[in-house]
Formats: sequence, C-alpha cells, structure tokens
Amino acid sequence: MAGHADEAAAIGGGKSAAVAAWDAENSARRRLILIGRIVVGVVFVSFWEFSSGRLIDKLFVSSPSAVSSRLWKWLLEGSLWNHLSITLYATALGFIIGSLVGFVLGLLFGRFQTVADIFDPYITALYSIPKIALAPLFIIWFGIGIESKVAVSASIVFFVVFLNTYAGVRDVNPIFVHATRIMGGNELHVLRHVMIPSAASWVITGLKVSVPYALVGTVIGEFMSSNRGIGFIIAQATGLFDTTSVFAGLVLLGVVGAIINVALRHAETWLLRWKASN
Amino acid sequence: MSIVIRGAAKRYVSRGREIRALDPVDLDIKAGEFIAFVGPSGCGKSTLLNMVAGILPMTGGTISHDGKPVSGINRAVGYMTQVDSVLPWHTVFDNVELPLKFRGVPVAERRRRVTEMLALVNLTGFENSFPIELSGGMRKRVALAQVLVYDPTTLLMDEPFGALDAQLKLMMQAQLLSIWQATGKTVVFVTHDLAEAVTLANRVVVFSGRPGRIKVIETVPLSYPRDPFKVRFNPQFETAYGTLWAALAPEIAKGEAI
Repeated sequence: MAGHADEAAAIGGGKSAAVAAWDAENSARRRLILIGRIVVGVVFVSFWEFSSGRLIDKLFVSSPSAVSSRLWKWLLEGSLWNHLSITLYATALGFIIGSLVGFVLGLLFGRFQTVADIFDPYITALYSIPKIALAPLFIIWFGIGIESKVAVSASIVFFVVFLNTYAGVRDVNPIFVHATRIMGGNELHVLRHVMIPSAASWVITGLKVSVPYALVGTVIGEFMSSNRGIGFIIAQATGLFDTTSVFAGLVLLGVVGAIINVALRHAETWLLRWKASN
Repeated sequence: MSIVIRGAAKRYVSRGREIRALDPVDLDIKAGEFIAFVGPSGCGKSTLLNMVAGILPMTGGTISHDGKPVSGINRAVGYMTQVDSVLPWHTVFDNVELPLKFRGVPVAERRRRVTEMLALVNLTGFENSFPIELSGGMRKRVALAQVLVYDPTTLLMDEPFGALDAQLKLMMQAQLLSIWQATGKTVVFVTHDLAEAVTLANRVVVFSGRPGRIKVIETVPLSYPRDPFKVRFNPQFETAYGTLWAALAPEIAKGEAI
C-alpha cells in the first residue's frame, strides 16, 4: 500500500498520502480563516447594534438594523440603483480614460528618455497637487453633471497608471529587446512582445491601486456638487443629520470597492500567470 | 568566409575616463567552423561577439558577416546568452514561433517548423508550458529551438550554458555538437571555461586581459564526433588544454592582481 502511494507521488498521478495530508491541513486552515472572519463580522455588528442608543447616542452611529432597512427601502424604491449606477458609471469612465491616457504616455516617455527628462519637472509639479484640489476647477469647467466627476477620477487614475507604466518600461531587461530584434522583430514587435508584457506587472499593480482612487475621485466630485450618486446621498444626509443614510451610503461604497478589488485580483492572477506564484 | 573582422575595436567613456574594452583585432571565421573565445572577464570576448551581433556599435574597424558589413542589428545570426532570453510571458510554442512570425512565415508552415524543432530538442508535450514551469536545462533547449527555427547561418553564443550544473552542461554540449554537425552552421562560442572551449571548438581564441586583444589562436586536433563526457580523457585534449592554459593563466592572474 505504502509502495503504491510512493509510486503515485513519483509519477504525479493520483493522490499520495503526503499530498492528501497536505490538502487536509490546507483546507482546515482555510475553514478556520472563514469561520474567524464570520465571527469578527458578527461580533462587530452585534456590538454596534447593542451599543447604539445604549452606550452612544443613536443620532451619531445609527444602528445596523436601521441601516439595513434603509438600504432595503432604497432598493425597493429603485433609488439605490439610480444613485449607484451614476457613481459606478462615472468611476468606470474616469478609470478608463485616465488609465488609457496614462498607459500611452507612460509607454512614450519610457521609450524616449529625452522627452521624459524635458517634461519631468512639470509632471512632478502636477503630481504634487492634491487632485482633490482640482475638483472645484473641474466643476467650473464641466458643470455639475457627470463630466466633472469623470474628470476628477480620471486625473487621479492617470498619474498612478502613468508613473507605473513609465517605471515598468524603464525596467525592461535589455537582453529581451536585443534578442527580439535579432530574431527579426521591428520596433512594433518589441513594443508588443517585450515592452508591454514586461511592464504589465507594474501596470496591473498601478491599475489595482487606482480603481479605489477612481471611486474616491467620483465621490469627492459628488460631495462638492451634484444631484445624483452615492456621494450626493452621503453629502445630503450629512446636511440633514441623517446618520442612517450616511452609513447606508458608506456600506454601499465599501461593498462596491471590495467587489471591484476581488475582480481585479482575479484578472491579475490570469494576466500574470507566467510569473512565479509567491 | 563567414565572418571577417578587420581592426574591430571598442572604446567607451565611464566616469569621465576612456576605457579600451577591445583593442583593434583581426579575425577570420570560416563557414561551418566552431570557434570558441576564452579569456578573463573584461577581456572583450563578449564585446566582440556583441559587435558581430550588431548590438554594440564599433568605435573602429569593420566586421562583415556572410559578405555583408555589419551595421545595426544583425538578423542573419542566432543569438543566445547566459541570461534566459526566452520571453517568460509567452508559452514554449509561442516563443519558438516568434522569429518565424517576425519574418512573415505563413501560419501552417510556422506550426510545422515549430513542432519539428521542439521534437529536435526533446520538448514535445511542453508546447503550452510557460518557461517558469520548466527546468533550467529545458529553458536552454527552448532558447536553442528559438534560434535554430529560423535557420540562421551563424550561431553567436555568450556563455549559454554558464548557469547550468556540471552534468547538464555536458548534456547540452553534446546536443549542441550533434546539431552543429547535422546543420553545418558556423558557431561562435564565448566561455570562460577552457575545458568547455576545448571540448567543443575547432579553434580556440585566447583573449588577453584589459585592454582586450587576441593573444593566441590554437587549433584543437581532436576529430569529430566528440563525446563531451569522454573527450577530456584523450591525450590530445590534455595537450591542447595545456598549451591554451599556458596562454590563459597569466591573463587570469593579471586580472586577479588588480
């Protein structure tokens, strides 16, 4: 029996005893983590529910039951999707525009060092401005509609993606470039088969960081002036001291952010499947 | 004549000082020859190879390959280095197919030639693997398939087996020798390992330490086919090794003294 298992291990077919033990240990750990997460969540929500009105004034912290019934009400009214969709739309648009422009300029600057050196102080200066400070300007330029929110989130995403792409292109191993050109590749082949894939891990890291920023940019735009969106709900509710609606808006933002992050992590795993898993 | 080198030299400036990486050298390499460059590090052997490949511009002299002067990237050669030049983000098949794609070979023929080449280097069944999933020796064989697939007349190899362990190195040498004998390509092989040079090459060129220049060129009297596992026990191997070592040793000592 033992000999059988060893043979299975050697040829990689079937499950040897060692593999089975390792699997069991691994799944036990995963179960522990899942249970731990649920426990932490339940304890936190219960404590919130318990302390609201008893330890802390309900006016300040609302309560989980009030927040969830508020969300439920919004969902039934259809206002949930009405506000969420506009925020998501502005975020996505800002993300796409910002990362597209950032990626193309990053590639260009990475390839042409002199151009990069000329523009360097200006880029640094622009980068140093908190993008939030641009929001009032964008509202003057683009109005209180969706365009100003797209502009805020695009301006935040742009720098993250641009700087990561630039660093990624500079990081390319010159051996790959030489070998590809000797194999017969032209500039475009080098870009497509060496520069872009090599910069991909930097770019994807940049994209992963910038999606939450895009959301932040949109919501800040909505705070300042708007008539729809999650940021609008929160800002309006704050003015009315309606903490339940403020928390409901925050919960929505948290959930949306988490979902986007999970989706990005899956995309990253697939795109960088050629890399060693750590 | 496959490669004709006339007065090729390389100087560059580093930290405000002029460095002579390679003093003018002359060398003729016959078509179908297996020639090895040996020397201490910094002797210009890789510099000369890279100038034949067109990666490094010369600061003097001329090099012609297959009758054409080298200026800019030389696409008529296959180039292989110690560092993996196999692209890690492409599968084995895509890597080997790449040069054919660049050269506009039609899809059906591409598929046929890649399959053929992978069979030659014993990698059938690994078409869809990424390089990271392969062993060091297998990655070297992918690189070999990649440079052979477009059938260049000349292979330029810069310590291609340097990172491999001793046994694997011998196996790769045997495979390279049999491919060389079957195809009749010209091979220029840079190494710091004198035994490897004597095992493989018709002629061994010893470079002197910085500034690099050619010190000795020696023909290895061993006949082919050679077995890398056994050739070192041949008395002629010992003689050739001894002569070359006498030329090489003082150069290495010179490098160590600095």
